[in-house]
Amino acid sequence: MLLLLQYTLIFTSVLVLVALGGCFSEHSGVINIGLEGIMVTGALGGALAMKYLSGDLAAPLVILLVILASVLAGMLCSLLLAVAAIKFNADQTLVGTAINLLSAAAAVVIVRAINTAENVDNVSSTVEYRNARKAFLANIGGFEFNWFMLIAFLILVAAYVVLYKTKFGLRLCACGEHPQAADSVGINVYKMRYAGVIISGALGGLGGLVYITAGVSEWKFENGVSGFGFLALAVMIFGQWKPVNIGLAALMFGMFRALSNVYTGFDALAALNIPSTVYNMLPYIISLLVLVFVSKKSRAPKAEGIPYDKGQR
Amino acid sequence: MNKNDKSKKSILRNDGFQTIIASLLCIAIGLLIGYVVLLFINPHGAGEAIVAILKNYFYYPNAAVTAKYLGSTLVKASTLLMCSLSVLFAYKVGLFNIGVAGQYVVGAGISLYCAVALKLPWYICFVAAVLMAALVGGLSGVLKAYFNVNEVISSIMLNWIGLYSVNVLLSSVKQPTAPYTIPIENVNKGGLLPHAGLHKFFSNNQFVTIGLILAVIMAVVVWILLEKTKFGYELKATGMNKHAAKYCGMKEKRNIIVTMLISGGLAGFGSAIFYLTGIEQWMVQLTTIPTMGFNGIAAAFLGGVNPIGAIFSSYFIQHITSGGTYVDKTMYCAQTSDLITAFIIYLCGFVLFFKIWFVKYLDKKEEQKLQKEQKGGEA
Amino acid sequence: MENYAVEMLNITKRFPGIIANDNITLQLKKGEIHALLGENGAGKSTLMSVLFGLYQAEEGEIRKDGKKVSINNPNDANELGIGMVHQHFKLVECFSVLDNIILGVETTKHGFLKKAEARKKVLELSEKYGLAVDPDALIEDITVGMQQRTEILKMLYRDNEILIFDEPTAVLTPQEIQELMQIMKNLAAEGKSILFITHKLAEIMQVADRCSVLRKGKYIGTVDVKDTTPEKLSAMMVGRDVNFVVEKKPVELGEVVLDVQNMTVASKHHKNNAVNNVSLQVRRGEIVCIAGIDGNGQTEFVHGLTGLEPLKNGTITMNGKNITHESIRKRIVDGMSHIPEDRHKHGLVLDYSLEDNLILQRYFEPEFTNKAGFLKRGAIRAYANRLIEQYDVRSGQGAITKARSMSGGNQQKAIIAREIDKNPELLIAVQPTRGLDVGAIEYIHKQIVAQRDAGKGVLLVSLELDEVMNVSDRILVMYEGEIVGEFDPKKVTVEELGLYMAGSKRKEVSTGE
Repeated sequence: MLLLLQYTLIFTSVLVLVALGGCFSEHSGVINIGLEGIMVTGALGGALAMKYLSGDLAAPLVILLVILASVLAGMLCSLLLAVAAIKFNADQTLVGTAINLLSAAAAVVIVRAINTAENVDNVSSTVEYRNARKAFLANIGGFEFNWFMLIAFLILVAAYVVLYKTKFGLRLCACGEHPQAADSVGINVYKMRYAGVIISGALGGLGGLVYITAGVSEWKFENGVSGFGFLALAVMIFGQWKPVNIGLAALMFGMFRALSNVYTGFDALAALNIPSTVYNMLPYIISLLVLVFVSKKSRAPKAEGIPYDKGQR
Repeated sequence: MNKNDKSKKSILRNDGFQTIIASLLCIAIGLLIGYVVLLFINPHGAGEAIVAILKNYFYYPNAAVTAKYLGSTLVKASTLLMCSLSVLFAYKVGLFNIGVAGQYVVGAGISLYCAVALKLPWYICFVAAVLMAALVGGLSGVLKAYFNVNEVISSIMLNWIGLYSVNVLLSSVKQPTAPYTIPIENVNKGGLLPHAGLHKFFSNNQFVTIGLILAVIMAVVVWILLEKTKFGYELKATGMNKHAAKYCGMKEKRNIIVTMLISGGLAGFGSAIFYLTGIEQWMVQLTTIPTMGFNGIAAAFLGGVNPIGAIFSSYFIQHITSGGTYVDKTMYCAQTSDLITAFIIYLCGFVLFFKIWFVKYLDKKEEQKLQKEQKGGEA
Repeated sequence: MENYAVEMLNITKRFPGIIANDNITLQLKKGEIHALLGENGAGKSTLMSVLFGLYQAEEGEIRKDGKKVSINNPNDANELGIGMVHQHFKLVECFSVLDNIILGVETTKHGFLKKAEARKKVLELSEKYGLAVDPDALIEDITVGMQQRTEILKMLYRDNEILIFDEPTAVLTPQEIQELMQIMKNLAAEGKSILFITHKLAEIMQVADRCSVLRKGKYIGTVDVKDTTPEKLSAMMVGRDVNFVVEKKPVELGEVVLDVQNMTVASKHHKNNAVNNVSLQVRRGEIVCIAGIDGNGQTEFVHGLTGLEPLKNGTITMNGKNITHESIRKRIVDGMSHIPEDRHKHGLVLDYSLEDNLILQRYFEPEFTNKAGFLKRGAIRAYANRLIEQYDVRSGQGAITKARSMSGGNQQKAIIAREIDKNPELLIAVQPTRGLDVGAIEYIHKQIVAQRDAGKGVLLVSLELDEVMNVSDRILVMYEGEIVGEFDPKKVTVEELGLYMAGSKRKEVSTGE
């Protein structure tokens, strides 16, 4: 049971972070299908940082540097979307898809290059970070507490405050709802959209890091993040682009995802003898069903996906 | 009027011409970026690696071997062509079928299962694969039409559901000692697509079948369907303006569903002409979605979302993807090609901007010329 | 020397192919209401966009209080105290009135919004100028008039001294227009200088001090309103005498072509019905006009009639046949033509060629599609060329021109050609002249009257009272989804209609059974 809770919380943290990333981007008016790829890039940044940081550094410093690496990687990756979508009016779905493929391929190419450089016979795409990962964990009576759980919660609170209580949030939402209105009162729509997308890159990158450190000590980058970025988008839609609802939706999805990791620990579930594949599919099936029920009434930011053209009034 | 006549004549103003220029630019820039990446990884072999990728089967000095590998590249390219037709068909109707990857997977699962487990003849396997893939596509269509579920998100979910389901399905026809399915050749020769003599042109490459011809025919059929028929007129109108389509009595919801059915069917067609040649077996522990479908997106856009353009772009993308296996493995990996392909898709996002910029540039030039002429006249 | 708040001197602004503003001078005195008059396409909007910093002029200069200034974007304009109420409001619908007002000029404390202070200032301002607006209401829940007041408050909150109103009365009821006029006078009395863009002469006569007229990008002149007449202004605006009255033969009523009984349509925006229990009839040979302020259920009524939206209740009978549950296509084939309200949303596929748009309602007929399902391109081209000729649809490259690249007037002409050439039994025309210039309006009115004279039933939905009074044979006023009055245009005044349109009067209407 404790294990289920532990996995639920850590997967929820991933989904919260990435879904909030999507939330910021879409509130600014840019659809971010590329979150999956941004997660991979963030994960790569974090994994490499963990690989190269020497073991003698203090734990808080390790945490800080690793987070910084993945956040920066995610932001850089999201810039690809931002420039194409905001400056060049590109089709946001197309560019997002390209980013997913690009990140997956780039991660494999980079990791393999590093591995091959270290040892000519090593052609795997795996990065190992057993030591550094320990910095994130604290054992509380059998419960493996991960600092990211706290960080995700704090970011959730911060996202709520930023979106609803600050000047930045007000302006950001205006750009996603009615960019012409925002422009007419002197808000630079392009800048706000860059901000939204880059924040989504930061959160997506961090989410990627949390995902690969959730339960394992090495990551094979050929596997990407197996659709978690897309699940986060489903969480965002289910949460109706609102932070608090996103938190609750993430909790539900996180639990279903955790089940596939730990169902063998439950006698009742193990006795059902359902192949593990079914548990793997579960989050996707659930999210499809959830979308069927919520999409009819969903209230996405009105101007999302539409490139903003100053000339058009 | 005079000005219009002039601009009509200029080939630079031709939309098709601009698309070709834009696509070639995407390829050039994509390759350049790939080269730079290789330089970063290892500056010594970068040039050779890019050449290897571009040479693909010309790597072999022997003409017969070259022909054989040309055949294999063509088999994969024809599959990719079907995937890109699937993507562009949906895109013409305003739908982004990112689910092509999952529909392709389902088609693969059904065709292999029918051929290996049920030992059915190839044409039944073929039809079954197309139908099932069409249903998966159609499901996204139904969700979009009746429940307002974004087709991108729903089909991404279906991609994963499809992948895991196919893994379960094909586990029953797995080789005892390896995670791959039993080759069709070993259990059901009638399940393989007929060669119709085509393989002779490719040094008896047994994987070259009628699938090659079928794919090209399908490209032409899709083109005719979209450009010449009432059905295509309706579908494109729905894609460009669904409100207007509804206003003039077109059945918008039906069109969305039919489009996704056809789109899915085309993807299933692609996997059938691939797996029913026996060229590859399915790995039942696969945890990533095969990139063939996603490359279809690249080919569709690189080909200017035109079925005939897709024939060329599919070949090119498959050419460099296959070429990726010839890079020096002690320095680089085969995924370098995927990276270049991904860059090309990314750059395709800029095509529209490029065209608008290009037209503006032409306008400006023309105006300058006109002004000069006027000044000349005054003088 | 005169004391000018703002001067635009010898402004010239070119776009590829046209000169939108050709050496225009406009001088706004402190505390005056200055009308800017001109037809659509005369260059009013361009000139105001130059003043507001959305465009930069190639020649000429702008002076504020006698000093030369450069205005490169709306921010510069704001800093100079220039504010604008745009024709299409720039309001975020899911935000509150207060959020919309403070957007862009928010004050913060430790990074958090100071909304309480802002609310106080908004309430003070709305009291001072008589603008009763609830600062906490959401924009999507309030009336268009209230939304306009929010826009005015936005300018006042920013302490703007020069206020531009871009066609502010187009969306208002006659009563709301009167209130707006009063508000404008209050503002001027407080020392604000107002630029009032319009093409409605009566409003200029009522409220403006001076009026500048533009025609086809050129400056025609500036007059003192008290020294002029509507006729003189009109002649300046159009450059010729305009026949405001549409010539019509007397009505020859035929049989009933459309009979609607108890139609109810649900609203997409609120819980009440958009159309509530409406019954009406249209006979052959008459033009029945549904008048009303925008958003009182006319759109939903027409959508119910044409099949674009489902009915909650009621029956529709056309030519004696019950078509309540017929598909859109069936209604079209049965003889219903529909000139839609929004030509870009419903009327045209903008990325299709003109010829493909002209067959939009008929492409499936054997004339254009053969039995195998292939389009007959030759027949389509011939048909398109005939319509282009007959209805004088002008475009760059004829039948193959993309609809998107055509002018609004010609787009509308193409739709009208398509709908009328179908030879319908019933023509439904929704705001057919919206946004068009005088010439195009005259032409379209003639076409509509010709249909009536040919014995068709015509149902016209219009927001323009001039059009309602001039074209129709019978007027029905719609208010909040119900028919609240039936009138003979010869026996009713605009003021009387206005009272019904605003909901302050109603009478039971016989449905002609």
